[in-house]
Amino acid sequence: MTETPIDPAIDPAAERQLLALDVNGTAYEVLCESRRTLVDVLRHDLRLTGTHVGCEHGICGACTVLVDGRPARACLMFAAQAEGARIRTVESLSGDDDGRQLSDLQQAFRDHHGLQCGFCTPGFLMLAEGFLAERPDADRAEIRELVAANLCRCTGYQSIVDAIESCATARRAKEATEATATDETPEAAEATGEER
Amino acid sequence: MKPAPFRYHRARDTEGAARLLAELGDDAKVIAGGQSLVAMMNFRLARPRHLVDIGGLRALDHLGTDSTGALRIGALTTHHTVETAPARRLGPGFDVLRAAMGWIGHLPIRTRGTVGGSIAHADATAEWCLLAVALDAELHTHGPRGPRRIPAAEFFFGSYTNALDPDELLTEIVFPRPAPHAALTEFAERRGDFAIVSAVVDLDLAGTEVRGGRVALGGVAPVPVRVPEAEQVLATGGSFADCAAAAAAAVNPPDDANGSADYRRRLIGTLVRRACEEARAR
Ligand SMILES: Cc1cc2nc3c(=O)[nH]c(=O)nc-3n(C[C@H](O)[C@H](O)[C@H](O)COP(=O)(O)OP(=O)(O)OC[C@H]3O[C@@H](n4cnc5c(N)ncnc54)[C@H](O)[C@@H]3O)c2cc1C
Ligand code: FES
Ligand code: FES
Repeated sequence: MTETPIDPAIDPAAERQLLALDVNGTAYEVLCESRRTLVDVLRHDLRLTGTHVGCEHGICGACTVLVDGRPARACLMFAAQAEGARIRTVESLSGDDDGRQLSDLQQAFRDHHGLQCGFCTPGFLMLAEGFLAERPDADRAEIRELVAANLCRCTGYQSIVDAIESCATARRAKEATEATATDETPEAAEATGEER
Repeated sequence: MKPAPFRYHRARDTEGAARLLAELGDDAKVIAGGQSLVAMMNFRLARPRHLVDIGGLRALDHLGTDSTGALRIGALTTHHTVETAPARRLGPGFDVLRAAMGWIGHLPIRTRGTVGGSIAHADATAEWCLLAVALDAELHTHGPRGPRRIPAAEFFFGSYTNALDPDELLTEIVFPRPAPHAALTEFAERRGDFAIVSAVVDLDLAGTEVRGGRVALGGVAPVPVRVPEAEQVLATGGSFADCAAAAAAAVNPPDDANGSADYRRRLIGTLVRRACEEARAR
């Protein structure tokens, strides 16, 4: 049985719109219905299936992406609202095209067992990526508060907190070493061995 | 679930948005940050036929103090902007607002959700609604019948209903005077959830002496309420504990799945006292 297509003249809402989206630095054009959420466009139209979708009402955080650098729920945005913004998804973290070269944050999740089934992981990665860009000096208490934003049914969160904290610590240490590139000061050495 | 179909319109300025809303009538809804509306549309609790996106109206995204010392917040200012505002835009007199942001959902909600959207949505326990009532905010609107300025005390009618006409935009939220000794605190079962009960206390201090103050509660009625009985205790030199007890005795909180009336009354006692102490310490 074929469905009768809805005539846009009768049902204006059935119209499609052409959207220009900037995802991971690539310009895309997508023809879709207005009601398409950003997460559905990412997954179904752009085939960027790294971003997951769970609850579709902002609770679980599986769909978290960066919008102009800030973590946001891709299920609570229509794709049309994302025009003009820079969207980043988990696919952007890796240094190469096939995703084999892990970023420092991804590597930290791996090292600290910050994932088990992995369903929540893209969301946590983008949450942490956006957060650390804004709060590079975040301490463990702030990171604990942050991860309350997303749900993980497997890890119990401790290992996710460990991963994010160790990534933040390593980035700070790297920065300190770079700042004192030639002349290693005791402060920089101390930052490298940062306490937990 | 997926939302029902609708037609998307992008507003270019406030006038245009208001005109469009008037033209489209009851079938149209404004979308700001979408942090309440999209969730409701995904569940089909809301099925507008038209969405007017005001997200791009830069003129409604601002935050700062004017020459009278009032704080003016554009409706499209996000919770995150308030939370991270530098002191020159959000001085110590309004620290209570900055500190309250941590109670609203989580970071990814706060980066998109707006002050105006919270107030227009009018959830009975939303932090912005409570702050607006507690600190006598004035809500500026723009509609086909011209601009209006509505005191927060007259704005909220019941949960999810308020004085905004369907074709009217909330444009600015004005907090008329600094509240340097004010605090918001609340209780929810999980961090980031809407509060079961929330409290704001704004003290008038002379040195360390309490001369009076305002006490307001969320989650105890369909709209945030001031509690004159508790304010009376502060004005007559009573203790914080007496103020908290007076607040708990004065209101008639709901009995529902989130907590019994008795439980809420106990929460009020604890939270009002805590808010008094935090307000004085500020
Ligand atoms: C997981 C989660 C947790 C949350 N926790 C909290 C919480 O603890 N406390 C809290 O207060 N909120 C919470 N929120 C809601 C959040 O604060 C929203 O930002 C806010 O309620 C609505 O703002 P918005 O800009 O997203 O509005 P939208 O969702 O875009 O709109 C909400 C309503 O307001 C109308 N509207 C929006 N802007 C205007 C305007 N300028 N003029 C006229 N009408 C307008 C819309 O038509 C719609 O009816 C939570 C949301 C989620 C998803
Ligand atoms: S799918 Fe977006 S928060 Fe759950
Ligand atoms: S790793 Fe399975 S849900 Fe987080």
